Amino acid sequence: MKTLTTALILPLLAGPAFAGKAFVSNERGNTVTVIDTDSWEVLTEFDAGNRPRGITISPDGRHLYVCASDDNLIRVFDTETYEELPSLPSGPDPELFVLHPSGNPLYIANEDDNLVTVTDVETRTVLEEIPVGVEPEGMAISPDAGIVINTSETTNMAHFIDTETFEIVHNVLVDQRPRYAEYNHDGTKLYVSAEIGGTVSVIDLSDDRTGEIVDKITFEVAGVLPEWLQPVGVKVTNDGSRVFVALGPANRVAVIDGETDEVLDYLLVGQRVWQMAFTPDERYLITTNGNSNDVSVIDVEAEEVIRSIQVGQQPWGVAVTPD
Amino acid sequence: MKRLAHALALGLTMLHVAGAAWAVDVTAAVLRLDYPTLAPISRYDLVPDDLAFAGAALATEDNATTGGFLGHTFETTARAVPPEEAEAALEELIAAGHGHIAIHARADDLLRLADAAGDRALIYNVGARDTRLRDADCRANVLHITPSRAMLTDAVAQFAVWKRWPDWFLIHGSNPDDLALADDYRRAATKFGAEIVEEREFEDTGGSRRTDTGHVLVQRQLPVFTQDTEDHDVVVAADASDVFAPYLPFHLWTPRPTMGSAGLRPVSFHAAHEAWGATQFQRRFEALTGRYMQEADYDAWLALRVLGEAVTRTGAADVAEVRDYVLSDAFELAAFKGVPVTIRDWNGQLRQPILLYDGRITVSVSPQEGFLHQVSPLDSLGIDRPESACTAFEG
Repeated sequence: MKTLTTALILPLLAGPAFAGKAFVSNERGNTVTVIDTDSWEVLTEFDAGNRPRGITISPDGRHLYVCASDDNLIRVFDTETYEELPSLPSGPDPELFVLHPSGNPLYIANEDDNLVTVTDVETRTVLEEIPVGVEPEGMAISPDAGIVINTSETTNMAHFIDTETFEIVHNVLVDQRPRYAEYNHDGTKLYVSAEIGGTVSVIDLSDDRTGEIVDKITFEVAGVLPEWLQPVGVKVTNDGSRVFVALGPANRVAVIDGETDEVLDYLLVGQRVWQMAFTPDERYLITTNGNSNDVSVIDVEAEEVIRSIQVGQQPWGVAVTPD
Repeated sequence: MKRLAHALALGLTMLHVAGAAWAVDVTAAVLRLDYPTLAPISRYDLVPDDLAFAGAALATEDNATTGGFLGHTFETTARAVPPEEAEAALEELIAAGHGHIAIHARADDLLRLADAAGDRALIYNVGARDTRLRDADCRANVLHITPSRAMLTDAVAQFAVWKRWPDWFLIHGSNPDDLALADDYRRAATKFGAEIVEEREFEDTGGSRRTDTGHVLVQRQLPVFTQDTEDHDVVVAADASDVFAPYLPFHLWTPRPTMGSAGLRPVSFHAAHEAWGATQFQRRFEALTGRYMQEADYDAWLALRVLGEAVTRTGAADVAEVRDYVLSDAFELAAFKGVPVTIRDWNGQLRQPILLYDGRITVSVSPQEGFLHQVSPLDSLGIDRPESACTAFEG
């Protein structure tokens, strides 16, 4: 009888409402670690191809996409069974990507080839290859999906790509080695981190879909060499009030006022912190710490680190299932 | 007028960038002086035909890709000549409009060419590491992209001191370059509180080099050469001539680590370096050239990237404007070494970390933790402003 009840209930639970899971790509371990975001237990670790870096999840929560950089393709996994599904073509050395809010297509940065590749995740075909600057890395898409941003690490630009025409419509020179780009929720601001420049450029988009730098956020921590304050991952809360910036070898995440661009605090996390992801309710922010092989969990409201969880070798990126 | 129309057209299409979007055509050159030399001890150190040129070619591609968004074009001419033809080659390059010339040459030739160029060209030194070129023999029109020997020896000294290996056994060669390198190690030891407790000269006896006869003799001779020394923590080899140092590890009388010209070597870059995004840089170089990167390639790449970055940021390629910009506080550049590189405005030396390399991996990177400096930790490497005799950059 009990089995029958379970069987009846299960179909109701199926669908998008999975238990919360964080997927962490382990660049050196060639695996993905799965973490339960309620219990913070590691559920499993599975093989994810060679040099997994960029990682994201489809809006319906079913598919996990992983840039398998050294396999030159995107590996796809079922987020429930962890079974590998047919791969997607990506162009050479995919590093980071961003998914269209509808779930298709995928915009992929090809680090070795100065290209952004647009891949249809349904037909598994390349729709377009867009030439960009040297060493493309950071990828972001505007909330209205009209513009895709790519940052090129050696050219030091944020390229604004029209998603209709696949043409670059605008470029903004930023500081050395731009790693990551992130829009705020209403698309009025774009944040671009520059790892070697040590800054986050704030680009104002309140009047237009393209814009210029209006502010540069800089960082300062007593006792930490300025050279070690290397901004990489950036995440903005839905209400835009807080911006979190991972500071790489400084082992800290900066908390920034989203209105004034002022740094409010620095949270000590694991070593060489790179990428981050919120849980869907934004209660927690998870950071990947590449040198200590763990992730840190930040309580977003309290702005405190509450725990760290050991994962695989050299964690790079993290994605959390949607609600 | 045609240029102007072109620039306007570009401005109206995709090339919309804040700041300096104006057509600029940048023509640079790499001038390499080829000297008659003996074969290296290791085949891994064979000199490829496109040494330095390959790095310059990659930088030119990088610059051109970036320039494509700004209306800047980049071209680089590569010339390899014997030393006696260098001045004529320089004149030809200048006459053809090359204002930015990377030179891979020995110190005296570099000085001769720099003086001949005067203010007609900005010279990027990508080969001569002699400390004196950054000191009493500095020139206002020379930027030293390659690190000085003082920077390299300081990088080794910092590591030894960090390891608490203060007592050194210095073995140097007998050629002038070896003696100059030994001087830099003596200076580095004093600077960081190490002590040279034993010092020996390994004489380069020319055609009948003891090391020529292969491992059998070496295995017998080197232990004898290195016996009866004061107690020491480490052997420091100063062998700029590549005569004996690679044989030292494993053939010493007293088993100690070797650093300097063998064992743990200070380098500007090496082909196994992967940190700070270097993997993708190595791959781009290998795809372009079909071989591994050498230090001279990195130095030449960096020289032309310094130029490219100046053009990108200022929209100018004029010698004086580029020089002013790269010597200013505004200039910084990412160079796959974890921190921005900048240029000392008092002697033209590019500040950069030095990789400590064992032949396979990056073992460490100097400056070491704890070696602080009031301007930048990078200034703990090499001669510092207060002790520099360079006056060419004043005023």
